[in-house]
Amino acid sequence: MAEASLLQMQGIGKSYYGTPVLQDINLNIKPGEIHAIVGENGAGKSTLMNILFGMEVIHSTGGFDGEIIINGKKEKIDSPQRAMEIGIGMVHQEFMLLPNYSITENIKLNREVLKPNFLSRVFGQKIEHLNMGQMNTDSRKALDKLGIGIEEYVTVAGLPVGYMQFTEIAREIDKTNVKMIVFDEPTAVLAETEAEKLLESMKAIAEEGIAILFITHRLDEVISISDNITVLRDGKRVGTKKREETDVYELAELMVGRKIEKMVHGEQRELKNEIALKTENLVVHMPGEKVNGVNLEVRKGEFLGIGGLAGQGKVGIANGVMGLYPSRGQVWINGSPLSLNDPGESMRQGMAYVSEDRRGVGLLLDSSIELNIVINALHNQKKFLKKYGFFKFQDTKGIRDHALKMIKELDIRCTGPGQLVKRLSGGNQQKVCIARALTMEPEILFVSEPTRGIDVGAKRLVLETLVKLNEELGMTIVMTSSELGELRSVCDRIAIVSEGNISGVLPPDGSDVDFGLLMAGQQERRGA
Amino acid sequence: MLTQNSLPEVEEHKRLTNKEAAIQFLTNNMVTIMFVVLVLAGFLVAGMNPFLFILDIVARMSRNSFLVLSLIIPVVAGMGLNFSIVLGAMAGQALLIFVTHWGITGLPGILLCIVLVTPLSMFLGYLTGKLFNKAKGQEMIAGLILAFFAQGIYELIFLQLVGGIIPMDNRVLIMSSGIGVRTTVDLTGGLKYGLDWPGQIWGMPNLLRPTFPWTLIVGVIAVIVGFLVYRFVFKGRMPSLPSIGAGLVAAGLIVYWSAIQIQQETMMMMVRIPLLTWIVILTLCLFIVFFSRTKLGQDMRSVGQDRHVAAVSGIQVDRVRVIAIMMSMVMASWGHIIFLQNMGAFSTYGSHEQIGLYSVAALLIGGATVSKATISQALLGVFLFHALFIVSPSAGRQLFGDAQVGEYFRVFVAYGVIGITLALHAWKKLLQRKDQLGV
Repeated sequence: MAEASLLQMQGIGKSYYGTPVLQDINLNIKPGEIHAIVGENGAGKSTLMNILFGMEVIHSTGGFDGEIIINGKKEKIDSPQRAMEIGIGMVHQEFMLLPNYSITENIKLNREVLKPNFLSRVFGQKIEHLNMGQMNTDSRKALDKLGIGIEEYVTVAGLPVGYMQFTEIAREIDKTNVKMIVFDEPTAVLAETEAEKLLESMKAIAEEGIAILFITHRLDEVISISDNITVLRDGKRVGTKKREETDVYELAELMVGRKIEKMVHGEQRELKNEIALKTENLVVHMPGEKVNGVNLEVRKGEFLGIGGLAGQGKVGIANGVMGLYPSRGQVWINGSPLSLNDPGESMRQGMAYVSEDRRGVGLLLDSSIELNIVINALHNQKKFLKKYGFFKFQDTKGIRDHALKMIKELDIRCTGPGQLVKRLSGGNQQKVCIARALTMEPEILFVSEPTRGIDVGAKRLVLETLVKLNEELGMTIVMTSSELGELRSVCDRIAIVSEGNISGVLPPDGSDVDFGLLMAGQQERRGA
Repeated sequence: MLTQNSLPEVEEHKRLTNKEAAIQFLTNNMVTIMFVVLVLAGFLVAGMNPFLFILDIVARMSRNSFLVLSLIIPVVAGMGLNFSIVLGAMAGQALLIFVTHWGITGLPGILLCIVLVTPLSMFLGYLTGKLFNKAKGQEMIAGLILAFFAQGIYELIFLQLVGGIIPMDNRVLIMSSGIGVRTTVDLTGGLKYGLDWPGQIWGMPNLLRPTFPWTLIVGVIAVIVGFLVYRFVFKGRMPSLPSIGAGLVAAGLIVYWSAIQIQQETMMMMVRIPLLTWIVILTLCLFIVFFSRTKLGQDMRSVGQDRHVAAVSGIQVDRVRVIAIMMSMVMASWGHIIFLQNMGAFSTYGSHEQIGLYSVAALLIGGATVSKATISQALLGVFLFHALFIVSPSAGRQLFGDAQVGEYFRVFVAYGVIGITLALHAWKKLLQRKDQLGV
């Protein structure tokens, strides 16, 4: 190799309680290189990063095999502090930010600039004062490097996620000795425009000679910015490719180990003319996703897609109809008007919702899978209840049977129906959400961002499930998604939302140009 | 290097309308406002003599403030209300017993207590901190139970061991059987007022005990001078004219009132301020302010906000938490010594028991919560709590013809306040979570 490697990981292996999760991984990263690591959930990406970052889970479970060599020197990384000393930074998937601190305080967290005072001469460095002026100056510099105009003294609480993400990155590049930054799924929580901005920043950082290890499952991002790509599958490295020599399809294939094909319905289906859901002038006050008077008709048995850019209001439609955000206007279900702002009523009218905010409002994270599956049906439809005199009890056996059935049908990977939902991977959590919606036996199913934050294989399973429900049970499905490709692969019609309104409805095989124009809020080309 | 900024503009924080702001102020300060109303109503109903009120409130505030201030640091470090200060109180009390036995009196005796109790309470704080690290998130209940447990050990030592294994030959302190300390310890002629009247052992009872009106005059001048120095030296900026005017009018009224008291030799001239005690309390306040701006203080705030994030950024969370409890414990032991030297006598096996509960109640009344506490909240809380204690017996007598009703009322209030504040805290947290979801 012409250039010396910054980081070499050789023969890395790790097993938890005798189960190997990583085997013989080799990695080579040069300064200024953007190296992507892709793989399905459970492929071992996080374990590899935990090893590199010296996380406690690794060392409390017996360490790992293999060697980590930094700048030609063998290093023993046994704590996150050690990793930071060596110059490895990490941008975490969940934000490691303290909401009540300013951006500066977060950037300088535990690396505060200090100045001595009279007491510190006696009691040592811990009693030295913070030098806020210098801290602000440093933070400003880091933010400027990223091209972020926000004031460094703003409190983090309430900032849009994009800014939080950039605050984290600013923290890493502010570290003077940083040689390499690990980005763990950085774009998972970002909207499309924010994600683009982030990728640009990553390139800028790499140009300064800092190596970047980029963990993601958005393959188009990988292709657009990485120099080299390593694919992991089931704890093994299945290949390392140069960007020029590969494409999304090959990577996806390596990752999943099976071919990916489109899932369009056989041909354009003839839809009945019955209207299942109609909205007139629907206004939803959902912060960041405002809907301003949408008129929409959904036909019975249809698979309708709602697409559009982030923040334009596409997510708000489902949330409004389901009564989760304050809304006004008129909505008819099968011709009869629906009273808005009452989630219970919406559910009783035969609608179910799989929220885009899985972890926030979608799931009871600290409860079991089975409870999560039945809870809505239990409360709103009085299913799974046994009555003894005045008392009602949960029908434990019925719940268990139903949960087992769902787990089997949707292929939820878990240790059993009693497992806590928070221990499941993103894709499986999503399936639990869908299972819950199905338990309500809805006529109309709203699904928002069903594939956000889950890997390719799971994504496919989720979409297949939805298509199956639609085709076999005749369920009307309204799916909201930021990924146009996904909508085009499953929907009958796609409504594109722009600035809180529907700018147009297209068939899935409409041309890219039309979709692009509608998303940008322009009308369809005349005569096209 | 990037230049353009394609991210959405950060929305200006929503400006609240006056009505919303008022409602928010009311809900945030519900407990405090309720107490202000109660105290004012009680004061009016009881028809109290202002002289007696001031006499009592000065004594009570100088007695209790230090203890309540000792609760602030654990709150900042995210450990909630530190009920384990009872252990520090026990340590302070133990030292008072021993120093009384050794016959060292007055200010030197108090100083000796302080010096000796510090390592003891640091040790107790260390153990408590270790325990709390094993019971993260449950510090409050752990502290309560720990206090009950420590009570057992304390009783074992002072009922069974002292006079036996621990030799202590003292007719006054030890029970007639020769084993165990008597149920009350009288500090009169010994450590009583050791800090409040530092001159008593040298025959100068009024040393560092200025009268209340003079203290007010000097205090007002000190505040004005201090404020000017602060503005001109550090900030170089003047406050708005109306606020200067209001400040000057208030200062003028206070000085005028004080001057009348001095000239007419009223009863107010009999109220004397234990200046040394207040210097100690002010020093503690300054220390807390100073400390909050240090690295360790910042670490405590970080740990208090989110242990996990703090740990990932390399802060030694457990260590910081132990230090927080140690500091609180040392302050509590000092605070209890200050408390008891003012009381002059204490119940050997009972006087520390209520300390945790009453101090916590006082802090909460001042508007503090499980996750936020400041010096001004602590001092305001002490004032309101004791003001209610003073007025409620007379108010009870006036209203129901029975002072005992007022007694019941204040006990009920102390427990009630803790309950209400904890419930309010849980409720606010719920609202916050909803807020975050944007519902």
